[in-house]
Amino acid sequence: MAEVNIENQVEEKTLGQRIVRTILQNSVTILFLIVCIGGIYASKLPVFFIANELLTRVTRNTFLVLALIIPVMAGMGLNFSIVVGAMAGQMAIVAVTNWGIGGLPGTFLAFAISAPIALLFGKGTGILLNKTKGQEMIASMIVGYFSNGLYQLLFLFMVGPIIPIAVKGMVLSHGVGLRNTIDLAKNGDGAPGIKYALDTATIFGLETKVPFFYVLLIGALIGAIVFAYRIVKSQKLHLQASEKNKNMINLIISVLLIICSVIVMFAPEMLSKQMQMLARLKLPLLTASLVLLLAGFNLIIVKTKLGQDFRAVGQSKHIAQVSGIKVNKTRELAIMLSTMFAGWGQIIFLQNLGILNTYGSHVQIALFAIAAILIGGASVSKATVGQAFLGVILFHTLFIVSPMAGKNLFGDAQIGEFFRAFVAYGVIGVSLGLHAWKKLMMSKA
Amino acid sequence: MGETFNNVVKKMGIPRLIISTFFVIVWILVFVKDLPAASLFSDSVRRFGMNGILVLAMVPAIHCGIGPNFALPIGIICGILGGLISIQAGVGGLGGFLLAIAIALPISVIVGWLYGIMLNKIKGSEMLVATYTGFAFVSLMSIAWIKLPFTHPEMRWPIGEGLRVTIALESTFGYILDKFLKIEIGTLRIPTGMLLFFAFMCFVMWVFSRTKAGIAMKASGDNPKFALASGINVDNYRILGTIISTSLGAIGYIVYAQSYGFIQLYQAPLMMAFPAVAAILIGGATAKTAKISHVVIGAFLFNGLLTISLPVASSFFSGGNISEVFRMIVQNGIILYALTQVGGGE
Amino acid sequence: MQSEYTLQMKNIQKDYYGNKVLKGVDLEVKPGEIHALLGENGAGKSTLMNILFGMPVIHETGGFQGEVRINGDATLIKSPEEAMKQGIGMVHQEFMLIPDFTIAENIKLNREISKQNIISQTFRRQSLEFLDNKAMNADARKSLDILGMDVGEWVKVAGLPVGHMQFVEIAREIDKEGIKLLVFDEPTAVLAESEADNLIAAMKRLAESGISILFITHRLDEVIDAANNITILRDGELVATLPKEGTNVLQLAELMVGREIEVTQKEEDTINVGSEDVVLEVKNLKVEMPGEEVKGINLNVKRGEILGIAGLAGQGKIGVANGLMGLYPSTGEVKFNGKVLDITNTHEVLENGIAFVSEDRRAVGLLLDSSIEENIMLTTMQVKGTFMKNYGFMRLLDSARVRTHANQMIEDLDIRCTGPLQPTRRLSGGNQQKVCLARALTLEPEILFVSEPTRGIDIGAKKLVLDMLVEKNKNESMTVVVTSSELAELRSVCDRIAIVAEGRLEGILSPNASDADFGLMMSGEYHKYHGTKREDA
Repeated sequence: MAEVNIENQVEEKTLGQRIVRTILQNSVTILFLIVCIGGIYASKLPVFFIANELLTRVTRNTFLVLALIIPVMAGMGLNFSIVVGAMAGQMAIVAVTNWGIGGLPGTFLAFAISAPIALLFGKGTGILLNKTKGQEMIASMIVGYFSNGLYQLLFLFMVGPIIPIAVKGMVLSHGVGLRNTIDLAKNGDGAPGIKYALDTATIFGLETKVPFFYVLLIGALIGAIVFAYRIVKSQKLHLQASEKNKNMINLIISVLLIICSVIVMFAPEMLSKQMQMLARLKLPLLTASLVLLLAGFNLIIVKTKLGQDFRAVGQSKHIAQVSGIKVNKTRELAIMLSTMFAGWGQIIFLQNLGILNTYGSHVQIALFAIAAILIGGASVSKATVGQAFLGVILFHTLFIVSPMAGKNLFGDAQIGEFFRAFVAYGVIGVSLGLHAWKKLMMSKA
Repeated sequence: MGETFNNVVKKMGIPRLIISTFFVIVWILVFVKDLPAASLFSDSVRRFGMNGILVLAMVPAIHCGIGPNFALPIGIICGILGGLISIQAGVGGLGGFLLAIAIALPISVIVGWLYGIMLNKIKGSEMLVATYTGFAFVSLMSIAWIKLPFTHPEMRWPIGEGLRVTIALESTFGYILDKFLKIEIGTLRIPTGMLLFFAFMCFVMWVFSRTKAGIAMKASGDNPKFALASGINVDNYRILGTIISTSLGAIGYIVYAQSYGFIQLYQAPLMMAFPAVAAILIGGATAKTAKISHVVIGAFLFNGLLTISLPVASSFFSGGNISEVFRMIVQNGIILYALTQVGGGE
Repeated sequence: MQSEYTLQMKNIQKDYYGNKVLKGVDLEVKPGEIHALLGENGAGKSTLMNILFGMPVIHETGGFQGEVRINGDATLIKSPEEAMKQGIGMVHQEFMLIPDFTIAENIKLNREISKQNIISQTFRRQSLEFLDNKAMNADARKSLDILGMDVGEWVKVAGLPVGHMQFVEIAREIDKEGIKLLVFDEPTAVLAESEADNLIAAMKRLAESGISILFITHRLDEVIDAANNITILRDGELVATLPKEGTNVLQLAELMVGREIEVTQKEEDTINVGSEDVVLEVKNLKVEMPGEEVKGINLNVKRGEILGIAGLAGQGKIGVANGLMGLYPSTGEVKFNGKVLDITNTHEVLENGIAFVSEDRRAVGLLLDSSIEENIMLTTMQVKGTFMKNYGFMRLLDSARVRTHANQMIEDLDIRCTGPLQPTRRLSGGNQQKVCLARALTLEPEILFVSEPTRGIDIGAKKLVLDMLVEKNKNESMTVVVTSSELAELRSVCDRIAIVAEGRLEGILSPNASDADFGLMMSGEYHKYHGTKREDA
């Protein structure tokens, strides 16, 4: 048979076999969960601190990770070239800051500017990746490095002589090249920049930063209803056993979340002093909505013809081609969308961070985003929205606790940081290796 | 006339042609801008010798079929370990250099062997997994550098735990090869010793390629089915190639360090595979074929170009390190080009 | 314009670079007719179907001559999409199904039914419309019911039995609007007997509904069971078109195989059947070679003979040599000169003096970017350690000896090249084959296995290769086992010919045996027809 996507497996027989299989398949996630819990204890950091940091990081980073999903669907593996999208986003931010447009308008203008740039870059990357079929991932990685060179050429040498920058503070002292760090809190004229523009936006006078656990409660309630419905109607919807189980698990998680939210917000006496502070966690609703929109987009696109094309191409280029689907164009589109979303994701990220590290902000985002989604349980051939969220939570938890954990355990915070990097690289290496091994085993079967 | 031009283009390959053209242009500019040619040439030659064996390490990897060795950092770290132990042992000079190699080699063999076994399980995806294995290993060893019980004052931080980021080799085996038989005419300096050592390693590889094992290894990478049909154990030869490549990486780093004068720990080895890969590709190799002549030509063109482009560019543009940017574009551009020629793993 | 015939192909001719593969073939199929297309490998069946289906390979190599009419209208079909529009569907041998998609999704692949929504209307792109799963499932259900399949259309294809998958393939084709003609390419090749019966029944049902069916097969009893009319091709020519009623299995077998004897058959006295000295004893050989599985063969190779292995494509003949050399997973008891031989260890087999020329010279037989001399010496050097010279404590390549030997081989085999250093990629097919032979002969083997020795080679080179095999056999008592699709060749050089059908040994014939016998054996029908049992050789 023609090349086959390896995620389809036949259902196991005994419960014991199933449990073992589930553990093996999710070994990376489970291992990581254990490491995280260990790290939280070792770091001795207060719960509220971790939770607050985590909430901030998840809100600002998840958009980027979600941008990885469509290329995986289309069979192109993990898109290491989201870096290119991030660069497009940063270019837009530079433009907006230079023109002195801040706040919400500035942010949305940045979205609007970065989109066509990212789409153009994405098209170029897509064409390149079509020429390197079979080695897309390493090609996308090298594309990232290559574009970084071009980006530096642009910002280090063309800014000033060829590209005029109005704001004096943004240019390096000798007149050529953009400054290393650009403060996004203010733009050149002293007016507010785009920092926190999304996070602290007010709509019709209402603050959009709302207590997190209220939102969680409502969300979990809706989720519980949806999952329960799907379980009840599973016969009619022709859901397979594995999908029914997933809905079951999701339902249980939703119920647990409902209980937690209710306790935190309405019965704080049951918790320790530390945990009571959790009620004060605030969620920037506007930012979160954007993230949820992209999550929703990923879920809905699968139900369209385009999504079906992505899936078909991802499962078998050959069969898709023979059926008349324009394989190359579909793949290019997948990368274009991914790059555009990455651009927006980077803008969301930076508006929260508040500082643009001109030559550094974009460099490691592919590594982090990909490690995150892999930790969430994704693989080269399958990535879901749930895995993106789970992965970001786990990955960033480790990020938060490792320096202190390293200090407490080994006496050196540096060890914690190296460990973090080792884990990120290691997760990718192991995940890629496992996938390649499975692919080899399948082709022999 | 047109036909000969086409033949030249085909024979040299477009990337090699582009790089060579750049190379020539940059050299012309050196003279036009009246820059110190002799010392620039010396620098190019030195960089060429420094990196030569690291580029050579790509050959056994490509020959045995695992593609360019993106996990070169693994071999480099074996070399670092050898160097550190040699310094710890307090042996200086040529003895220290040889001791470093003598220690690094068995480590490389074991590490290369394990890594080779892993590579056999992921045929077809070697390049990508190699890159991340290399990265992970560097990060893991970064933790090790902090914790390993080295005590030599030259290596440790004066206060606190762990090894320094940069360890000077002046008192041990720094410059030992460079100084051997060196040629100094005015500002022209040729590190003959290092070049001779590089030539010797090339010779060793060449001799190996004419042994039964060397020929079997090459067949394994060239056409595994053919090799199997000739009774060759392809998997074993892939491991052999990995071991040799790792070992050359180790030796290559020790030579690099002695010329540079420093051993660099922690994150330094992270990206060292890429210039070596780019160099051999520029020399005319592909992901499936490589000759020793490719190593020499590629190392010379790539390093020469990068060494001189900085001063030349600085004389035009002020500010910033355009050489670095240039390196990023050239190096990654050529690897990208090579990937489009691999023809897919379908 | 309505016509009596759904399909008419008149005087179809096709050549590939001067090699004529179709020499004027006529074919006519009426609505609701089941028409069988019979022929050996290379008879031209696939080419004829490729022309009908507008495959790129036809048009990229100069097109074809002749006329094709659909429902009486002359048409020129230049692509599979056009064929589809004309109402021609094809059920391929290799399934085009996506395992992770449901049956309905596969049936509707790239022809999905979708509903508009706000976004698709804003951007005016059909691709953004939502899939109408209900409608698609309903359509799929219709097609499945016609075929008598009771599997749910929402079930994923992965894990379905092969027979079901084939039915999904068929369902996909009949779901296409306006299907008039369905072509089946060896449909029962991968099916178990009960599944094959289901398929024939389904074909008959489809024919009853008015769809014409054209099916390519080699199973003669199926032809007699299902077909209304039968066309037999041989060497690109139309041998006969018969209605089923007037013929039988024996006649079909004969027509398939028989040809005017152009190739001189071996004379009786040169046939070396007498010797009972067995050089290679093979018991219960099973080989897992995708597409050429061997399911249990017993064979005794006699010393000094030229043994042929014949059979239709995909029936397993190619698997035999590959399995014995250890190139594919194989089991079985093999004794070489009375001693047990481990066939899973290629090195050991080669060491013992058994050499092999693969049927796939480009992928397996050659290092295309290496020189002729490198190719020739490599196997022997690895197995016996020859071509090496001592340099101090090392043994290195002896270039001079390699060169001399290569030159000798070039001369002996008349390899046309610019010299021993030329990369083999540059040689013509025939010369490449000679290099492969040279490499095997360098080993000075006791037994030489050669698979498809003359495939893709011009006439002159063919003769030379065959003559050389005969010469080595006579003068150097080399036992030769030739596996070939070209029965005529085998009949001209072999002492005995073993025929492999459905992965088993159907029987061994003398080259002088009748065409009918050969035809029956190749179709696997010999014993069915004669009521005998298969025997060991």
